[in-house]
Amino acid sequence: MSILERLKPKFWNNQHVVAGSSDHSLNFRRIWKLSVLLTAAVTLAPLIFMTLVDYKVTQNAIESEALLRTSRIVSNARRTISFFLSERTAGLGFIVRDNSFKELRNPTRLAEILENLKEAFGGFTDLGVIDSSGRQVTYVGPYRLEGMDYSDQESFRGILKHDSNVSDVFLGFRNVPHLVISVKHDLPDGSFYVLRATLDTVQFDNLLAQLNVGGEGDAFIINREGILQTPSQHQGKILEKIQMSVPRYFSETKVFEGKAFNGQPLVVGYAYIDQTPFILMIVKQKAEVMNYLYQSRIKLVGFLAASITIILLVVLGVSTYLVNMIYIADEKWAMTMHKMEHSNKMASIGRLAAGVAHEVNNPLAVINEKAGLIKDMLAFQEQSNQNQKLMGLVDSVLASVERCGRITRRLLKFARPWGVSMEPIKVGQVMHEVLGFLGKEAEHRSISIHVDVAEEIPQFESDRGKLQQIFLNLLTNAFAAMSDHGRLEITARCENENYIAITFVDTGCGIPEADLKRIFEPFFSTKMEKDGTGLGMSITRRLVAELGGKIRIESEVGKGTKVIITLPVRMERKEV
Amino acid sequence: MRVLLVDDEEELVSALAERLFLRGIEADWVTSGDKALKVIETKTYDLAVLDVKMPEIGGLDLKKVMEKRCPDMKFIFLTGHGSEDDFNLGLLHTGADYYLVKPVKIEVLINKMKEILNKDGIQ
Repeated sequence: MSILERLKPKFWNNQHVVAGSSDHSLNFRRIWKLSVLLTAAVTLAPLIFMTLVDYKVTQNAIESEALLRTSRIVSNARRTISFFLSERTAGLGFIVRDNSFKELRNPTRLAEILENLKEAFGGFTDLGVIDSSGRQVTYVGPYRLEGMDYSDQESFRGILKHDSNVSDVFLGFRNVPHLVISVKHDLPDGSFYVLRATLDTVQFDNLLAQLNVGGEGDAFIINREGILQTPSQHQGKILEKIQMSVPRYFSETKVFEGKAFNGQPLVVGYAYIDQTPFILMIVKQKAEVMNYLYQSRIKLVGFLAASITIILLVVLGVSTYLVNMIYIADEKWAMTMHKMEHSNKMASIGRLAAGVAHEVNNPLAVINEKAGLIKDMLAFQEQSNQNQKLMGLVDSVLASVERCGRITRRLLKFARPWGVSMEPIKVGQVMHEVLGFLGKEAEHRSISIHVDVAEEIPQFESDRGKLQQIFLNLLTNAFAAMSDHGRLEITARCENENYIAITFVDTGCGIPEADLKRIFEPFFSTKMEKDGTGLGMSITRRLVAELGGKIRIESEVGKGTKVIITLPVRMERKEV
Repeated sequence: MRVLLVDDEEELVSALAERLFLRGIEADWVTSGDKALKVIETKTYDLAVLDVKMPEIGGLDLKKVMEKRCPDMKFIFLTGHGSEDDFNLGLLHTGADYYLVKPVKIEVLINKMKEILNKDGIQ
């Protein structure tokens, strides 16, 4: 048998539905399916719904937290960079106010100032003074740039509009990324000069590198044309154009969700840095940002799967158990109904038999007496051939009457009213009373009867009439089964402290196995052709059952039959 | 032996009386309990054969009345119900008289009559 077969509950293969009979009236497999489906639905649906809602809420919370965090980092970095540049711009502003044009044109003084700037702020590479025509009149730094004309440069053109200017990052003559901060100072004669300082971008890069943007996060600065002002991990080298479009101007920090050129979702934060051409950008992989959610999701799915499995197991177990209980109850009910139907049928047969027998017995008695009288009259008259023929006819009428009488008597026995009247019984005594009825027949047929009743058998409470009837039926059967010179052994023993066993062993013809199975069925008889009604053993079993006992028959064809009756020593009184 | 037969079935009881007579037994018959009680006022019987089930007064009740009036009388019951075994087994331990179930063989009836009366030495 496979495991699946073993796990199948009893009701699984029972789908036979017959209304109104003793078969099962319910489709248990359907009930089970319905029960499992409904229970699973009402338990799993809220669980799955709540899990999805919880997941969505968590996802939204984590997403907004990630955007907020990015926004915070961008804002902080913008302030830092803005401060870095405005600090240096303010420093240059102070220098042009604190020193006269003359002093600043003095290379020694300018070199001193450059030294001071390097020490105080750091990042300054060189320092130059440019007159209003755009020519660099004084220069201190690592190159020889006095006399350079800057009138075409963007940084110089920018300074004409504003008092100070921060240039884009560019390579310039020296081929090193740098930017220029210029401060304009008006002279009393209406002209002006410009203090021009060059800063390397290393400090810039260091500032960005300090930002906590995660493993795959990228922080960089572009100008308004989208040219990288600092190196970027993913967008390209310095002074290359970034792979995404330049975000729209907003005065405050903005965060949006975008997509990389390879389709990966990104979280992008940016801020325009005021009074500079710079836009600070932070680009993060969304997957990295949402990593916490993905970890939670695995846990959540695991929890959900475990919960669903447990719930399904419990639902299956409980449904199977309950439906099985209903099935067993239904089976018991069906059995009870079957018994009741059988009892009703037997009671009806009994009543019918009693009615027929009684009604038939009276006219039968009249026929008997009338035919008997005819016979008597013929017998007392002179003998003649005619009379002898009539006598033969009357004899056959009388024989038929007697046969009918035997049948009605058996039918009436079967219809005996049920009920038990208790009294103290000595089994040996009852046995001898009954044997008294059969003593003559036994003697006539040379049948030897041995009765062995154990002394330890107590006097017990039972129904004497029923007990006599049982013994008589069994003895009559044994006599019928045995030929002349047979032997009948009757023993009575205590089986245990509650039961006594009475055994009848005859040396009769025995009962074939097929007949043995049907022996207790009403109207089953192998003596039908003689005068059997087929009710004897059925009645006997009913009587034994009424006394709270059991009857068992063992038989071997040609050797004999053994009938064992077990009877309780104490019988529970019950209304029948 | 003087016998009284009481049965509401006239056809039965008359034929039975005639057959007993043919066998030398003096048997009177009546068809009801009332008639039986009247008859025993004028005539004495050794034995009465009573039908158990009769209209008005049944055999068992009739027996009780007759027993009081004729204490020495013996009784055999005839019945259309049950079997001899049923009744006789049921009455074995009460010491009551004998039952015979219809239809009954005349020889069986006569033997039973003789058996009962012989105990008291009546021929």
